[in-house]
Amino acid sequence: MTSIGTGYDLSNSVFSPDGRNFQVEYAVKAVENGGTAIGIRCKDGIVLALEKLITSKLLKPGANKRIATVDRNMGVVSSGLLPDGRHFVSRARDEAAEWRRLYKSPTPTSALANRMGSYVQMYTLYSSVRPFGVTAIVGGWDSEAELPVDGQVGSGPKVGSGGKKDGAKYGGPFLYMIEPSGLYWGYYGAATGKGRQIAKSELEKLSLSEGNLSLEEGVKEAARIIYVAHDDNKDKDFELEMTWVSSLDGPTKGRHEEVPKELREEAERLAKKALEGDDDDDDDEKMEE
Amino acid sequence: MNHFPQTWGRPRDDVYGAYDHSHFQTAGPQQHTQSPIVTGTSVVAAKFKDGVVIAADNLASYGSLARFTDVKRIRKFNDQVVVGFGGDVSDMQYLDRLLNSLDVRENYSTTETPLNAKNLHTYLSKVMYKRRSDFNPLWNHLLIAGLDGESKPFLASADLLGTTFAAPTLATGFGAHLAQPILRRTVPDEASVQNVSKDEAVRLVKECMKVLFYRDARSLDKYSIAVITKEGVELKQDEKLENQSWAFAEGIRGYGTQVN
Repeated sequence: MTSIGTGYDLSNSVFSPDGRNFQVEYAVKAVENGGTAIGIRCKDGIVLALEKLITSKLLKPGANKRIATVDRNMGVVSSGLLPDGRHFVSRARDEAAEWRRLYKSPTPTSALANRMGSYVQMYTLYSSVRPFGVTAIVGGWDSEAELPVDGQVGSGPKVGSGGKKDGAKYGGPFLYMIEPSGLYWGYYGAATGKGRQIAKSELEKLSLSEGNLSLEEGVKEAARIIYVAHDDNKDKDFELEMTWVSSLDGPTKGRHEEVPKELREEAERLAKKALEGDDDDDDDEKMEE
Repeated sequence: MNHFPQTWGRPRDDVYGAYDHSHFQTAGPQQHTQSPIVTGTSVVAAKFKDGVVIAADNLASYGSLARFTDVKRIRKFNDQVVVGFGGDVSDMQYLDRLLNSLDVRENYSTTETPLNAKNLHTYLSKVMYKRRSDFNPLWNHLLIAGLDGESKPFLASADLLGTTFAAPTLATGFGAHLAQPILRRTVPDEASVQNVSKDEAVRLVKECMKVLFYRDARSLDKYSIAVITKEGVELKQDEKLENQSWAFAEGIRGYGTQVN
């Protein structure tokens, strides 16, 4: 960054002569110090996982959850400044509630990502505010069923709401990542925070775009990736936090929930085993699972 | 044109005379809902030893017109609470959406225990009382059925005035007159709840629904019934009254064309 110190990094919303907004880039730096967060889009659901770094031994284990639920069917995990993350979640919940008030139905994940992208981007436009110090991963399951309108009292027409194409697929798992600039893309696998480079290369190995990975495999992979991405030398302790959303006939019935304790512990056991295996022969260990 | 903005765009006083501001006044004070429009009739409920049964027919009347015949007035809140709505249907929809948003917000904290029937009754009665104190009541009579904090059967009502009442059996609207005495024959007091099984309670409530269909002109033979126990909520929304007998109608005198 040769142009640092030229004065163009002192105010938000000011471009440098070569077309950069330094305040946004510094916000990205804040994210790069946060614990690793990942999201995986599996064929029948979404897994969100977080490496929650333990800042004090006085904190109660398992308390202070960081992955939040928005409406019933979406989850948000973020990396970076924690209070910014909480504000992001708070806004996301308000957006989802407002969507319901207007349209009397749950927010599609894509719509929430769009609204939140616009919201975050607004914090790059004014000198009176600073950009969000978080990159957030939003994952959700949009219902594949014909849902009743909120507060609907009757059954409505037998043909349903109409306006739908025959044979087209509706609903499914969706995953988005929103950066401090307001940029957001939909992903098969998303990673942010300290260990994002390692996590991304691990995610690429899963060939998620082929759509073969099941939700349960996804949970195990997510745990393993968080363990692989964790840097033992720099950070000592972390807690693995994992949530998931499945289809209506899956384990969470379309709701965003914490991964059950048994499954999470099993995934952690396998993750640790895979890590130990890394030292002698990596491949054999993984084939066994 | 002068420099008083408040007169811009108004008819000129010197041409048309002084403007009569009373044209902008609406007649009388602001009025809220004075009467319900589309209504549902009775809701009937009874406790039994492991839970509560609650039922209401699927009719929404527009005055005396049977306007909507597939209206579900028994609403599940979660796995241990069901709310039955008598009275205005649009106010029921409002309350349904309110409860839906409450449930969404409740869902955000994973550690807390879910809201039970007692919690929900307290909440709803406060909503009803607040609205009547604003002279803008929600025109409903609600029965809240489910389990309380100790997983014991819970049944209570809240009405448009904010009045609350709890009893082992409850019925709203016409049912308060016709069904309540029948329910009390089997469940006279809190102690007798222990002697009533689930099947007996379901049979009792179904019997009440039948009597109400015979006698209440704003009722329907299609109804919804829910049973709430520790196992969860068993909600059926397309039940039909069985074994109807209209033989008694022959004996009714005083209506129609007969003279004796």
